Amino acid sequence: MTETLTIGKALNLGLRRAMEDDAKVVLMGEDIGKLGGVFRITDGLQKDFGDDRVVDTPLAEAGILGTAVGLAMRGYRPVCEIQFDGFVFPAYNQIVTQVAKIHARSRGKLPMPIVIRIPFGGGIGAVEHHSESPEAYFAHTAGLKVVAVSNPVDAYWGIQQAIAHPDPIVFLEPKRRYWEKAPVDPDATPEPLFASRVVRGGDDLTVLAYGPMVKTALQAAEAAAEEGRSLEVVDLRTLSPLDLGPVFESVRRTGRCVVVHEAPVTLGLGSEIAARITEQCFYSLEAPVLRVGGYDTPYPPSKLEEEYLPDLDRVLDAVDRSLGF
Amino acid sequence: MTALHQTTEVVDPVPGAQAPHLPQQPDLVQLLTPEGERVEHPDYSLDISEDELRSLYRDLALVRRWDVEATALQRQGELGIWASLLGQEAAQVGAGRALAPSDMAFPTYREHGVAWVRGVDPLDVISLFRGVDNGGWDPVATGFNLYTVVIGAQCLHATGYAMGVQRDSAETAVLAFLGDGATSQGEVNESLIWAATFSAPVVFFCQNNQYAISVPIERQSRVPLFQRAAGFGFPGVRVDGNDVLAVLAVTKAALAAAREGQGPTFIEAFTYRMGAHTTSDDPTRYRLASELEEWKLRDPIARLKAYLSRSGIADHDFFDSVDAEADELAVRIRQGTVEMVDPPGPSMFDHVYAEQTPTLAAQRAEFVEYHASFADGEHARPDEVTPGPGEDVF
Repeated sequence: MTETLTIGKALNLGLRRAMEDDAKVVLMGEDIGKLGGVFRITDGLQKDFGDDRVVDTPLAEAGILGTAVGLAMRGYRPVCEIQFDGFVFPAYNQIVTQVAKIHARSRGKLPMPIVIRIPFGGGIGAVEHHSESPEAYFAHTAGLKVVAVSNPVDAYWGIQQAIAHPDPIVFLEPKRRYWEKAPVDPDATPEPLFASRVVRGGDDLTVLAYGPMVKTALQAAEAAAEEGRSLEVVDLRTLSPLDLGPVFESVRRTGRCVVVHEAPVTLGLGSEIAARITEQCFYSLEAPVLRVGGYDTPYPPSKLEEEYLPDLDRVLDAVDRSLGF
Repeated sequence: MTALHQTTEVVDPVPGAQAPHLPQQPDLVQLLTPEGERVEHPDYSLDISEDELRSLYRDLALVRRWDVEATALQRQGELGIWASLLGQEAAQVGAGRALAPSDMAFPTYREHGVAWVRGVDPLDVISLFRGVDNGGWDPVATGFNLYTVVIGAQCLHATGYAMGVQRDSAETAVLAFLGDGATSQGEVNESLIWAATFSAPVVFFCQNNQYAISVPIERQSRVPLFQRAAGFGFPGVRVDGNDVLAVLAVTKAALAAAREGQGPTFIEAFTYRMGAHTTSDDPTRYRLASELEEWKLRDPIARLKAYLSRSGIADHDFFDSVDAEADELAVRIRQGTVEMVDPPGPSMFDHVYAEQTPTLAAQRAEFVEYHASFADGEHARPDEVTPGPGEDVF
């Protein structure tokens, strides 16, 4: 039955359903048990599934990922919660040198069906290390897959699909959008996990975004429409592998493209996407692919974050520059 | 309560640890003296048949012969590198022989002796050092994980595996190998915390071979390593790592305790790396020849041979037959190594993911096409294959 859910609640229900479907699913993380996680994404799950399946771990991220590797070798499907994006780095060694490589190292004998849930991105007025966008580090790492959800429907299905998938997946949750609501139909047929999606049709320019920036891109398209400009918006959804087929199709039609993400622009996802669009759509382009993102600074103190993060105006500014080219 | 699970007594540091406020060197658990004399230990006994004793000797001798041959193969350019276990045979064979078939071991990159005991083909280890693959054996079938090169990372895997064993209610113990240098790694310390917190059935087997490449143990620890365990809340024990009988007894007891639900144990096998860290290393730059000479007197194989001879458990014929078998093994290793074929180029793309991505499939296809373009030229690689109709190439 269709229910209106926040992204947070959709994740919670998705996790619950994944745990019901497969007894090998084990959740691990800091404060995810009694507390239900600092964002309450695992609320009530320990009570219903027990502390062997919803494990409050010691406070050490490398420990979470390293023991998840061992559990995966033993046939379990660990779902690791990293409390905040900036705290994933103590686990970075395990993720990059072990989780990502063990399937290849063992020539397929040791699958690593591990999901690494990370609330990512800024905009919540937090202190340092609580607002970062580390996706490029993971998308750059062979052996990992990376997805970012932007809405409750994708959150509900995506977490279940990620858990059922045989490869390790960094699952990025748009923390500032946890409270956004939408109707979710648990009986619907979900879209594939590794597919991008056109979320608003348009003819003049293609805007690409993922995670928290999808809403920003849609707002920009709405504002542009009032000025008679028709923007197409694509939610990338999967960052590794990228699904750029629909993007190429769109850009060949519009001839212009702006990529939006919170992460710093230099060597961010936008750079790779711009390169691929240039390779595939060269003769259709009317303007260079433009990137709108965070600046190449450490994430600033929160009183400055509104100026750091791409917003409707910065997206429209890039749209203007592209159309004026 | 077993001997292992008594409170660890705080004793003294390793020789030269420069901590004079601590008392003297503790006794090692020892069942066979360096002179080959069988002694008893109040906490660890070993009921072992003469057949088993001879077979332990055989393992030690064959493993050393393998190691010597691999070092030679590296010197002759057949291997990229080799990490020698010379001097650590007893620690590894003893620990490996303590494992039950259903137990699981997590090695570093030097546990050739354990690999041998677990039935891994030496050539499947050699292939890693030749650069043919990252280890050719099946970790599940052998109960011996692939080598882990990042120092200490495998201790967390072992602990997680042991947590899985707990959830399966299985009669399985896990043996995590590490070296003295690894005890400084954060991840190793995290694994000790995890193992203690969850009372996981994992035994940490630390071969203290006195050096992390060139840096001596004093730079890693101010206390004897086995004493660290007390701080984590589980037993630690130091065993003579050159005494295969003591290692076997101590490790068996620890694994049994783990299987019985008594949680982890930390074993410090006190030994010495008689060779270089790897074939790229030059130990004469950081240690004295006299030190090596001193440790040669504690050689793990010589002492067992002395015991077996003196007690009449083995005679000349036996030792000769082991020598002959060792020579045969060396020939097989040499031949198998030089005949080892390089993997086909496109194979690097094949197991990055369980479910291949379109992006990588496309790269693979480009790779194959690129190399095929030289098909008639001198750059052609004979092992290239074009994707078949059933293959998922985007």
